[in-house]
Amino acid sequence: MNRIWSYVLRIVTLAFIATAVLLPIGTAARAEEILASAAASLTDALNDIGRSYRQKSKNTVRFNFGPSSGLARQIEEGAPADLFFSADLAQMDALEKKSFVEPGTRRNLLSNQLVIIVPADSKLSISSPKDLLKPDVKKIALAEPSSVPVGVYTSKYMADEGLWEQLKTKVVPVQDVRATLAAVESADVEAGFVYKTDAAVSKKVKIVYAVPIDKGPKIIYPVAVVKESKHKAAARDFMSYLQSAAAKNAFKKYGFVVLE
Amino acid sequence: MILSFDTWQITLFSLAVGLASTVLILPFGITLAWLFARKEWPLKSVVETIVLLPLVMPPVSTGLILLKIFGRRSPLGQWLYNRGFEIVFNWKGVLIAMAVMSFPLLVRSVRTSFGEVNPRLEQIAATLGASPLKIFFVVTVPLAYKGIVAGALLAFSRALGEFGATILLAGNIPGRTQTLSLAIYNFVQVGKDPEAYVLLGITVVLAFVFVWTSEWLLRTEKKV
Repeated sequence: MNRIWSYVLRIVTLAFIATAVLLPIGTAARAEEILASAAASLTDALNDIGRSYRQKSKNTVRFNFGPSSGLARQIEEGAPADLFFSADLAQMDALEKKSFVEPGTRRNLLSNQLVIIVPADSKLSISSPKDLLKPDVKKIALAEPSSVPVGVYTSKYMADEGLWEQLKTKVVPVQDVRATLAAVESADVEAGFVYKTDAAVSKKVKIVYAVPIDKGPKIIYPVAVVKESKHKAAARDFMSYLQSAAAKNAFKKYGFVVLE
Repeated sequence: MILSFDTWQITLFSLAVGLASTVLILPFGITLAWLFARKEWPLKSVVETIVLLPLVMPPVSTGLILLKIFGRRSPLGQWLYNRGFEIVFNWKGVLIAMAVMSFPLLVRSVRTSFGEVNPRLEQIAATLGASPLKIFFVVTVPLAYKGIVAGALLAFSRALGEFGATILLAGNIPGRTQTLSLAIYNFVQVGKDPEAYVLLGITVVLAFVFVWTSEWLLRTEKKV
């Protein structure tokens, strides 16, 4: 018995020491550290930008990645975020209305584009939405057109193009963009609709048509400084870096459309 | 396989905070389990139900409640913040989320083990003049220790898998609050499936070992 308890005690002590040792990794004192709450879909682009910012500036930036709605809730409850980068206009609008956003700092920085994807080895010749009417195209994967934003946007766009009634029967509703991508990757469907940034991460699909931005839905990524931030100057500095040429290239690399 | 620095950091961080959370809830869990198993008191069934709630409630809603309680906007959150205790977006938030979510599993397992200890042995110890505290530590706990360790392991495994409450209370901040579960979510979100599978493999191995050990302890527990 005693042996067991002394063993348990030793492990526990080790765990606390490990926690204490591991936590400060990467938090070594630099001039200032800001925390940016950002939509999970921005992870890769922002990690790249965060690294290059660190080389150029004396400040560092750390990210909190999650769903835009959750990030907005955290800010409302006083979470210490300095910057909010949303994948959804509605969340930013709501925060702005409740005055959680530093006035005058908001920028609608990025946009995403609706694209048609096919399996990378597909032999079908699809180069416009009309080609989806061809009999060779039997199934089209689409995120649930009644509830998921990308599905809602796509069905509305196709209705505007006068194609929805004919294509409706071919549509296989799936859970979300990730599921659409998976269905096209495995060639269980002949084509699918996703955002350009999602298509960019998969080598097993190719983009055959990109819906022109002015015809498609408005998918905007706004960013702003949080009003209660304790590092406003540093947060503003990072925001201006997000609009630099280097940052814009990183966003483009991952398929985002940079709004000028 | 050689794992990257980040993978090691995430794994060790999850293990360390998971262990700290289990140690934190152990004294409370054992005391409460004993009160449930050995004592009758008013509203006991109500308290029992409340303790179990985090097990069945959507973790995100538990996370939202915790965020409301510990956020700077609440009196408690403000009080802690003024004394330099930041919970939200901090490893302490991970600790609290894990502790709350794994507490019911610990209490339930330990309670069952206490229930299987024959009360007559405790009564005999009492007639020999042992104090209630001494009976608890010399008779009850030693007889139920396998169940206690099994419950702690189960709670620890649950803590490692915690996601919903953690992401709301502590955020998903790589290098600061990102656990295995949060990192897997993040990788899946950006389509980095191979990276997610590595972490998934680690999680499965850890969970298997701890849950299996827990089950094995319960199987070999002597009934007295």
